[in-house]
Amino acid sequence: MVRRLGIITQFRLLSLAVIAMLCATGDKAAAQDLIADLSSHRVDITTGFTGADLLLFGSVDDDGDIVITVSGPRETVVVRRKERVAGIWMNTRSMLFDNAPNFYAFATSRPLDEIAPPEVLARQQIGADHLRLRPAASDEKLSPEDEATFRTALVRRKQVQGLYASDPGQVTVIAGKLFRTQIHFPANLATGTYTAVVYLIRGGRIVHAQTTPLLVEKVGIGAEVYTFAHRHSAIYGLAAILIAVAAGWLAAAVFRKV
Amino acid sequence: MYIYLPIAEMSVNVLTILLMGGAIGFLSGLFGVGGGFLMTPLLIFIGVPAPVAVSTGANQIVASSISGVIAHWRRGNLDFTMGFVLLAGGIVGSSFGVLLFKFLESLGQIDLVIKLCYVVFLGVIGCLMLLESIRTILQVRQSGARRRKLHQHTWMHGLPLKIRFRKSKLYISALLPLGIGFFVGILSAIMGVGGGFIMVPAMIYMLGMRTSMVVGTSLLQIIFVTANVTFLQAISTQTVDVVLAILLLIGAVVGAQFGSQFAVKLKGEQLRGLLALLVVSVCLKLAFDLVVTPDDIFSIVVANNG
Repeated sequence: MVRRLGIITQFRLLSLAVIAMLCATGDKAAAQDLIADLSSHRVDITTGFTGADLLLFGSVDDDGDIVITVSGPRETVVVRRKERVAGIWMNTRSMLFDNAPNFYAFATSRPLDEIAPPEVLARQQIGADHLRLRPAASDEKLSPEDEATFRTALVRRKQVQGLYASDPGQVTVIAGKLFRTQIHFPANLATGTYTAVVYLIRGGRIVHAQTTPLLVEKVGIGAEVYTFAHRHSAIYGLAAILIAVAAGWLAAAVFRKV
Repeated sequence: MYIYLPIAEMSVNVLTILLMGGAIGFLSGLFGVGGGFLMTPLLIFIGVPAPVAVSTGANQIVASSISGVIAHWRRGNLDFTMGFVLLAGGIVGSSFGVLLFKFLESLGQIDLVIKLCYVVFLGVIGCLMLLESIRTILQVRQSGARRRKLHQHTWMHGLPLKIRFRKSKLYISALLPLGIGFFVGILSAIMGVGGGFIMVPAMIYMLGMRTSMVVGTSLLQIIFVTANVTFLQAISTQTVDVVLAILLLIGAVVGAQFGSQFAVKLKGEQLRGLLALLVVSVCLKLAFDLVVTPDDIFSIVVANNG
């Protein structure tokens, strides 16, 4: 937990630094040029949670393209590769990526490759292909080709799970001033602090950026069950057994008369 | 109707889970197997993380086994003496199995060992049972209602420490059920199941118990083994999802009652034949998965960075 918070804090500081830098080099009235907000700063995972859609909207005073990224808390992911050994498929190699966002979505007002050159996109980690995913240091020597295959596999598996966007969403710009986009969060969302970043890009350069935090939390009975299971695990285990015993006995008693 | 599972951290369709629980409960009441060897793969198939599937499956099996045991006990198909001797062996065996599990884990490839264990045991047991029940069914057809011998005498009956199991009408060495319990205990720790599918045939063919008596007695032992697994998983990995377990067990306890009612209507050899078919098909499916080229040779797992 401490480590995860550390990573989030680092990430936030980094984004703040980026914004500060951009503001310093950009126009004087930078703060007013780009204003953005979310329809809600919380996603509550309730008992009936099946995913959520949030509206990200704002206004811009300048020409340019709008790019929006939303990334989830960072996590460590093990990518394993199977190989056929004596006719049987088994895991033979694995690679650890220790700074992968749990969730990643992005939306653009025009196709991404028309907006900015790849170097700029890579620097800001815009688009699933530009996420900075590096394997953790290990004793094994990694060839660049291997690293690339495992990295692609990680993104592909995340896309299959619906946690990484394969295609960008559409940012709708109205009268060159107002913009909006819908962001979908799937049901298998992890809890934690998410970050939405809105970029204003002109002539292939990022001229403004604004970061908005978003909190994903479990609420209600589900949250209480989760907390209880972790804080009082022995009582939780006994309770689980008792529930099962009671249910089994009850069913037998009910069916006796049938 | 969807519900969010707090520990599995995903939302599922309530009806799917109820039906799954019901189907497995039915089989559990019918054959005296806990159904863990079916439940765990099914849960993983619908997207429940594997550790949650194993622990929650165990919790649900406690409920369906109790429901089944009570039903069988009312019909007098329960041998408590035998059950507790098996259990004594099972407790020692599962403790030993946990040590063995850790050892195999340190060597790596524990997943493969588990799958191979499944394929080998399900395959061997399933085929033997299938052959035997087909032979019995054919014999009965040919020679009419010939009275079957209670059991055959082999070297096993020369072992010391003989005990009289009144309910089962057996006078055998206590070392036999102790040994079976021990062996099943090891396997259930490694494979994460109650071990009914191994114990049921072992009791029928090695101890010579009646099939109807075996089912209830096997369930009795499964209650304790799975309750132990639930507790250990809850305190060590926090992967028992009570919301999922409750949904599963609502389906399962009802299913188990129907199953045990249905079991009375079937002949012993028919029951064994059906169980054998089930075991063989699960085995074939697992073997197929090991050999066939997977859709994606890469897989990802979120490491626990707690």
